[in-house]
Amino acid sequence: MSVELPSPWSSDLAARLDSGESVVASLPLDLDARLHFAAGLLLLTERRLIAVDASGGWQDWPLRAGLRLNHGDHAGVALLALEDGQQRLAHWRFTLAQNLAALRLLGEFERRIEALASGERLQPVEEAVCATCKTPLPPGEDECPLCARTVNEAPSTWTLLRLWRFARPYRWQLFSGFALMVGATAATLVSPYLTMPLMDEVLIPFQNGQQIEPHLVAMYLGGLLGAALVSWLLGWAKTYILALVSERIAADLRTTTYEHLLGLSLEYFGGKRTGDLIARIGSESDRISVFLSLHALDFITDVLMIVMTSVILFSINPWLALATLLPLPLIAWLIHLVRDRLRTGFEKIDRVWAEVTNVLADTIPGIRVVKAFAQESREAGRFRTANRHNLAINDKLNRTWSLFSPTVSLLTEIGLLVVWAFGIWLVAHESITVGVLTAFLAYIGRFYTRLDSMSRIVSVTQKAAAGAKRIFDILDHVSSVPEPVNPQPLPRVQGAISLREIGFRYGNRSVIRGLSLDIRPGEMIGLVGHSGSGKSTLVNLICRFYDVSEGSISIDGVDIRSVALADFRRHIGLVLQEPFLFFGTVAENIAYGKPEATREEIVAAARAAHAHEFILPLPLGYDSIVGERGQGLSGGERQRISIARALLIDPRILIMDEATSAVDTETEKEIQRALDNLVQGRTTIAIAHRLSTLRKADRLVVMDRGQIVEVGNHDELMAAEGAYWRLYQAQLRNAEQTLLEGGE
Amino acid sequence: MMGQVDFAFEHNAFGQLVLIDANGGRHDNVLPVRAHPVSAPDEGVSIVDQDGHELLWIPSLNELPDGMRDLLAAALAAREFMPEIMRLVSVSSFATPSTWQVETSRGTTRFVLKGEEDIRRLPGGILLVADAHGIQFMVRDVRALDRHSRRLLDRFL
Repeated sequence: MSVELPSPWSSDLAARLDSGESVVASLPLDLDARLHFAAGLLLLTERRLIAVDASGGWQDWPLRAGLRLNHGDHAGVALLALEDGQQRLAHWRFTLAQNLAALRLLGEFERRIEALASGERLQPVEEAVCATCKTPLPPGEDECPLCARTVNEAPSTWTLLRLWRFARPYRWQLFSGFALMVGATAATLVSPYLTMPLMDEVLIPFQNGQQIEPHLVAMYLGGLLGAALVSWLLGWAKTYILALVSERIAADLRTTTYEHLLGLSLEYFGGKRTGDLIARIGSESDRISVFLSLHALDFITDVLMIVMTSVILFSINPWLALATLLPLPLIAWLIHLVRDRLRTGFEKIDRVWAEVTNVLADTIPGIRVVKAFAQESREAGRFRTANRHNLAINDKLNRTWSLFSPTVSLLTEIGLLVVWAFGIWLVAHESITVGVLTAFLAYIGRFYTRLDSMSRIVSVTQKAAAGAKRIFDILDHVSSVPEPVNPQPLPRVQGAISLREIGFRYGNRSVIRGLSLDIRPGEMIGLVGHSGSGKSTLVNLICRFYDVSEGSISIDGVDIRSVALADFRRHIGLVLQEPFLFFGTVAENIAYGKPEATREEIVAAARAAHAHEFILPLPLGYDSIVGERGQGLSGGERQRISIARALLIDPRILIMDEATSAVDTETEKEIQRALDNLVQGRTTIAIAHRLSTLRKADRLVVMDRGQIVEVGNHDELMAAEGAYWRLYQAQLRNAEQTLLEGGE
Repeated sequence: MMGQVDFAFEHNAFGQLVLIDANGGRHDNVLPVRAHPVSAPDEGVSIVDQDGHELLWIPSLNELPDGMRDLLAAALAAREFMPEIMRLVSVSSFATPSTWQVETSRGTTRFVLKGEEDIRRLPGGILLVADAHGIQFMVRDVRALDRHSRRLLDRFL
């Protein structure tokens, strides 16, 4: 086995190693002893551990039995300490970026020390396993496909072009809309052209004393009317078709984004704020739709018009055309100049908007707390501050923005002035007729007004691009609970769950460490421990709401990461402490996990969950509407509906997270009876605060600070007088206390 | 002020901190933890044992005798890692994830910012920037940064 080394040391190293000695693992260190960023290196060879610091100092420790490497981390910094039985010999610190290398080195180190201690020959590693998740690696690879999925690249800046993915299905409509647009634009350019003969062949000869020919006038006026009608008809058709298409593109974008969002892990939702996500999917996609149907459309029309007009002008008189088009590059430059400033400004405004929405999204659901603590004025103040922030940023942007349009208008006027001056000079020298000058003025009158409106495209494009970026941010987010590429089918499940040295890290805090547990099919496990001991996290990992950072979880021997998520969760019934009822009828809520359930099935599930008898007296029975938090139902009633929901899908694995802790003892008994029906014959993992509710558990697992400290049934654990016994005694005392106080 | 205290600290052979309490009891491998690491680092330091139970509460580091204060400060420094960003040299893109090249109070480094929401505002105009591995970088005062850094940072705020 050979290991690649960072270059500054590799030549030096060759000289230092004995013959026949080679590096088996290396850990690049990125911090020095004072916790400053500095490169160092820790090497493991067959014989010793070598440390190289940033200044090139070498130190080594021959491997011998009794040596130990302690690994720990705190606040993103990991510590590796070399100790023998009596003292610490050395220690190194590095950021968690190097943790994978550290775990590899640690594993290799322990394997060798173990061999030295037992005096046996070093056992070859039977199969290569990933240092992080302990799953076997595909042969010939040392990067784990499950762990190597961190994305560090930002999406490209040409965000709007990426909308093509959504426009593609409508490309034929888009093409016909574009063709109509060319026709409509060409038609609008006919009328200024006709002013030329009207002036030169009708009006000027009349002033010079000739008669007006009615036939000629009628022909030209007819041409004007015809052009107007054609341009009206084509314009209508093009606008209609393209508006239809852009609405559809936006709708597809919205749906796709929402679907993608639903597929993301709980971790993503934990880090985002509801208001921000709602704003992204709602208003941003709408903004893109308006941009496509209105602004982008106008812009393309304008560009077409400018190109066509330029061609016409040059064909009439190249010199005058040149003078007319001269201000164009100047304006283009001005637009470019302001573009950057406006774009950052609009991105900022978006974020501030999200902030304003967030204040609302934070406060309205928590309105009871706000009112109870009489903090209305403080919340109003918070909103006012967010709004003021919004105003300040808008004001700053508007300063630039307001200067922009008048400047473009001014340039327009100056451009017209140039055409007038040059045109009069040309007429005076008899190079062009009055009719040509009139036609030019008519053309550029339109021309420059379009430039003015075109300048607006800068801001709307930036707004739409900013919106698109925020939407693609969601779309580009790879779920941290990814669907496997080749999912393994999981048609029937026995319910055996096996946790293999799992670890989980939330941010830089390690919540679960080196936990292993095997659960037999049909077994009921009670999870016990102080709050914060990692019980709920463990359950979330088993449900695969999060993926383990280390180790693996398998069900009937299949790693849950290799099964399609929906396929896996179909086998899991979940009853939570705070049951969530969706807006809809009671029946719909019960059938949430199995919408095709028959009425008989729903009623049977409700009966088994002891919910039937309180549902019947409701005004509309099973058709009663319950709100998002189940208004009108008590906590116990909501809980029994959620139990019925879990019963209906008939899962092999059942998870109950503090299912009875939010209700009083009477209701608890009622729920407990419902739960007993649910538990029968299923693998059950129950978390409960009140230990008495776990009496039926086959095994109790006591957790403390992310690790299992005790396993056994109630009697065994009581006899052991350990952590469980202490918890039990404490609850007993509490209960007695309550009884005594109640009796007085 | 240098008050009298009835406890003492020392290091054992494993480099761990040992607390000797008022009754002469020894507690191996204790950890000093700041209660307000950002807003008031020198006020409220708790000494906790391996299980995280508090053994001693020190209201203010400044009230300790000099030697003890230095010992605790060294123990705290060995665990604390919140590099202060002095300058943003460059960012790979204004869209996230973005790689930042920065000069910090602990030397130059680069890190990956996963999303804009990893930049958090604390009261007092302090910014905390968490990188992809959970390391917290701090910007104590945005206005104190140079123009270039401010302009880069501004695009993410």
